[in-house]
Amino acid sequence: MMDGNLKSRHRKQKIVFAILGVTLLLVLAILATIIYFIFVRGIGVISWEFLTAMPQNGMTEGGIFPSIVGTSLLVLGAIIFATPLGVFAAIYMTEYAHKGKIITAIRVGVNNLAGVPSVVFGLFGLGIFVKFLGFGVSVLSGSLTLAIVILPTIIRASEEALMAVPDEYRHASFAMGATNWQTVKNVVLPSAMPGILTGVILGIGRVAGETAPIIFTAATFFSMKLPSSAFDEVMALPYNIYALVTAGTFPAKQVPIAYGTALVLLALVLIINLIAIVLRLKFSRNQE
Amino acid sequence: MDWKTKEKIIKYILLFFALSSIFFLTGIVIVLFREGLPIFNKIGIIDFIFGKEWYPTYDPSSYGILSLIMGSLLVTFGAMVFSVPIGLASSVFISYILPKKLKTFVKPTIELLAGIPSVIYGLFGMKILGPFLKNVFGLPTGLTALTASIMLGIMALPTIISLSEDAITSIPKRYRDASLALGGTRWETISKVILPTASSGIVTAVILGMGRAIGETMTVLMVAGGAAAMPSSFLKPVRPMTATIAAEMGEAPVGSEHYQALFGIAIILFIITLSFNILADLASRRFKKKVSGQ
Repeated sequence: MMDGNLKSRHRKQKIVFAILGVTLLLVLAILATIIYFIFVRGIGVISWEFLTAMPQNGMTEGGIFPSIVGTSLLVLGAIIFATPLGVFAAIYMTEYAHKGKIITAIRVGVNNLAGVPSVVFGLFGLGIFVKFLGFGVSVLSGSLTLAIVILPTIIRASEEALMAVPDEYRHASFAMGATNWQTVKNVVLPSAMPGILTGVILGIGRVAGETAPIIFTAATFFSMKLPSSAFDEVMALPYNIYALVTAGTFPAKQVPIAYGTALVLLALVLIINLIAIVLRLKFSRNQE
Repeated sequence: MDWKTKEKIIKYILLFFALSSIFFLTGIVIVLFREGLPIFNKIGIIDFIFGKEWYPTYDPSSYGILSLIMGSLLVTFGAMVFSVPIGLASSVFISYILPKKLKTFVKPTIELLAGIPSVIYGLFGMKILGPFLKNVFGLPTGLTALTASIMLGIMALPTIISLSEDAITSIPKRYRDASLALGGTRWETISKVILPTASSGIVTAVILGMGRAIGETMTVLMVAGGAAAMPSSFLKPVRPMTATIAAEMGEAPVGSEHYQALFGIAIILFIITLSFNILADLASRRFKKKVSGQ
């Protein structure tokens, strides 16, 4: 009797576990399906020329070189602005003030900034950088907007990396007579570097794919020339995918280019994320 | 300069950097209200939120955003119906059943899902899922609230899975040991001990997933169909708030009523996502208290 009951309880467990397992497989299958379709439909257009040539005939022929350049510039700009800001913020939070009202307020600020919808960042960039500061629709406006988008990512990653540095390191440095800043600069920051780097790389992946923040601040659909200054507008990979499938008059010619562009962007972002993941695994193993 | 003064100066410089998030958040609020507030004064906040007609380019124009709010809520609700059960089931499987070796492979894979840009989800929804659903249901268009819900649900999965998984694994081992020692099976332990204890952590995950979905822009812009009418069915096109802003800002002359109204939508959207974040924060604090031992 007891055994029968136990058996049925175990049978129930088996069934439930099977359902849970199938669900997880479903999630992985969805991921595979999306990557598969983008790959299969995009690979046909990809060639050396597609990557390195200028677009032609209103984006219905030719390559996507300006978009690759544009996205690289936006990424570079955003990282240059966001990295020092995020790392210094994290240093203050972990090395100078551990607890208290200011820290709580800062943390609430970071969490809420991370939750702001991307299109709202776009409006903010439009209001501040494009209009108020007069930078116009440009690489500069787009980079600044994107820097704010990834600031929470970089702060959190840097904070985590700094906190993972064992306190013994700090104590040893203090015991030698070093000031707090000398300790941070010479001891804590170097050992936290791999973790901070991981955060920056994740930020790069995010920036490369963001579309809504650059629609009104940086991006243009079609340009015959590369940007010559920070005040020029640029073509960008994610915006171009959107524009190719929603605007223009030759969908039959544009959609394949959109898939090709999507494959380039997807490959770029996946490789960047993979690097970050591998770095983090290596880093956490070293910590142990 | 002696080292004490130097330390002090450095500290204040760092504090200034640390406050940057708060500056930017305040800046966002100021910009949104400066540009968007005039529309509330002109037509009244009640008529703006509860007005059913969004005809920004007609003469006379009408700026009621209820259908846009309902569009956002509908696709977010649809996304949650789809992603909460799947996400929760997956997180339980990953944290308690999956062998450790596979776990180190599966977790990063799901993080990769989070890294895919929204415009690529949009492209997939627009060109592959949309036409597929169109055929299945025999619809005039595949770009509907259902298509948007499914895509948003997929995009919310990584958030829900990894945060729920964190919540489940952070529960002290003694809870599980106690239940197993009393003769509970593993599933009974999970369903009667672990999940109830992790509930506020899971709620945090779901709220953050919802915040993600309601603020998502490119996917709904490309996939939801864009009809600014009161949504009546999942199988019809809708026009969420984010999509309206992104689609129309380019055509709205700077400083016009239409421009102000789009910032007005952003104010409402910002308030909604902010309240989601605050709720998630509260739930997460409750959870931490619970796990750390009442």
